[in-house]
Amino acid sequence: MNIHEYQAKAIFSRFGVPVLDSHLVRPGDDVEQFCESLESHAWVVKAQVHAGGRGKAGGVARADSRQGLVSAVSGMLGARLVTRQTGEEGLPVQAVLLEAAVQIRRELYLALLVDREAGQVAIIASAAGGMDIEQVAQQAPDKIIAQHVHPAAGLQPSQVRTLAYALDLQKNQLRQLQAVLSALFELFVSCDCSLVEINPLIIDEDDRLVAMDAKINIDDNALYRQADIANLRDATQGNRDEERACELGLNYVQLDGRIGCIVNGAGLAMATMDLVKHQGGEPANFLDVGGAITQEKVAEAFKLVVHDSRVKAVLVNIFGGIVRCDLIARGILDALQSISLKVPVIVLLQGTRAAEGRKLLENRHAGLHQANTLTEAAQRAIRLART
Amino acid sequence: MSVLVGRDTKVLCQGMTGAQGTFHTQQALDYGTQVVAGVTPGRGGSTHLGLPVFDTVDQACREHEVDASVIYVPAAFAADAILESAYARIPLIVCITEGVPILDMVKVKAVLENSDSMLVGPNCPGVITPGECKIGIMPGDIHRPGQIGIVSRSGTLTYVAVDQTVQHGMGQSTCIGIGGDPIHGLDFIDCLALFERDEATQGIILVGEIGGHAEEQAAEYIQEKVSKPVVAYVAGVTAPPGKRMGHAGAIISGGKGGAEQKYRAFEKAGVTTSRNPAELGALMRALLGR
Repeated sequence: MNIHEYQAKAIFSRFGVPVLDSHLVRPGDDVEQFCESLESHAWVVKAQVHAGGRGKAGGVARADSRQGLVSAVSGMLGARLVTRQTGEEGLPVQAVLLEAAVQIRRELYLALLVDREAGQVAIIASAAGGMDIEQVAQQAPDKIIAQHVHPAAGLQPSQVRTLAYALDLQKNQLRQLQAVLSALFELFVSCDCSLVEINPLIIDEDDRLVAMDAKINIDDNALYRQADIANLRDATQGNRDEERACELGLNYVQLDGRIGCIVNGAGLAMATMDLVKHQGGEPANFLDVGGAITQEKVAEAFKLVVHDSRVKAVLVNIFGGIVRCDLIARGILDALQSISLKVPVIVLLQGTRAAEGRKLLENRHAGLHQANTLTEAAQRAIRLART
Repeated sequence: MSVLVGRDTKVLCQGMTGAQGTFHTQQALDYGTQVVAGVTPGRGGSTHLGLPVFDTVDQACREHEVDASVIYVPAAFAADAILESAYARIPLIVCITEGVPILDMVKVKAVLENSDSMLVGPNCPGVITPGECKIGIMPGDIHRPGQIGIVSRSGTLTYVAVDQTVQHGMGQSTCIGIGGDPIHGLDFIDCLALFERDEATQGIILVGEIGGHAEEQAAEYIQEKVSKPVVAYVAGVTAPPGKRMGHAGAIISGGKGGAEQKYRAFEKAGVTTSRNPAELGALMRALLGR
């Protein structure tokens, strides 16, 4: 799960990671009056959206006058911000963070993440802060330093020294890095993070290390024990259909194509999308109905996919194991009773109770077609989507 | 022969009295698996499905010989359950549970590195040696005893691979679902090594997916160490970067872990690959030369 920068910074403060003085402005706040009340007028205004690339997209602005501040805040608040990570529609800006403008001496990159290959938390640092770290990793991989934290040993002072010397920090900065990393590691573990990223971590004119940006991702699997953080979820920052699917307990990801896919199992769902593409079509979504599926959930999943106006044909691919094909067939029939089907549906049922499922669907609806193999199903879906 | 489990494997079930545990233990018993006991804290001394229930794994292991433990407990208790079996020195631990927090698995992995136990999963269908022993949630009746070893990160795609071998007149030596989580127990290389040593296994089907580097590492390993024919399939060619495709581990991050580069790694290593899971059986049949 993603949270906003201002939420991440509140968590930073709680754990003792230094951040800048800041104010949050929301719609309905009297922007002019609020700006009047501020002593300084040198502020950086930052749109709060769940996407990177804000700086280049006009989501970060510096204001040196009260007038500039008012216009920067009013311009962002309530608008939609389009960055390279948001897609064409952009994301709604429902909060703006004002931060005291500071003189920057150096910009560093610092992140903590779970390294899946090592099976441990890794600290990643680079002297090339403020830049796109993936670009740095490609162009100058030697500029990136990593230290893995063994769960039994914890973060060792020697590891902090290794990072500090590689980053060319001075002695008093090393002491600060020790404090920052101890705080971040504690935060990472106690909040069940999957990623904490500071880009940039700055050294200001008074030689202080300060987190200028803050990104925190929380492990979805651990949200059950992170109730406070789970409450920070901002549904306006996600895709509406994906949020709806999430509420239904379905794994759903929207794509750009015209063939809607309904599949059991994450691997088979990906395989189905791949085969559609391989046969010359474009999948409209990834949808895994999961193993603990009910007839009602099948019906909801079916409606979710059919409701997408870009979908011109639907491909249902079920390999029954624990999931029974007759249950899937009944769910589809339930859905057909409450909607008027406008697109063709191609169904492939294999495995547990496939024969029963196929019989249930026979001659029930003119738009319902059954296939015998996955290749045939994909080809027919593509052909029917074109007509 | 087969790998990991066989007709003599004695199985303990953690979480046997729950809904999942009950259903799948009954299925395992019907299949002929030697389930010897269950563990549910607070239910010790009772009987469930005709089997004794213990409060702790330790108690169960004092009363019964146990070769493998299968875990059906909720995600919040799964790491604890794995470690309980590891501390009891059970050689094989199969964790079916989906949704285990990743930092729990960081701890589990560190403990397992210095233990006598092997872990399969979590978030996996389990392990089956057809006709002998079924540990997990896979439908038993689609399998046939035979000569193909199957290792996969995905549940349903394992069943497709199984079905493919059967449709082309082959069976399976053992099928291992290693699970869809980023941090898990046995990996592709461990399973490839097992299949390479196993006399019953004549060919190997490997089913990978996006995320991480496990397929690339497997490709290198196959090139150097595996003499038996391997057919590989990788799901997620169309998956967009940054989106988690159902499995916690199935995500392309930082431009790494894409399906195309995994295919390239396999092809470079001389491994036969398929872009269509419905071709796995025919390809394997052809490699076996008949």
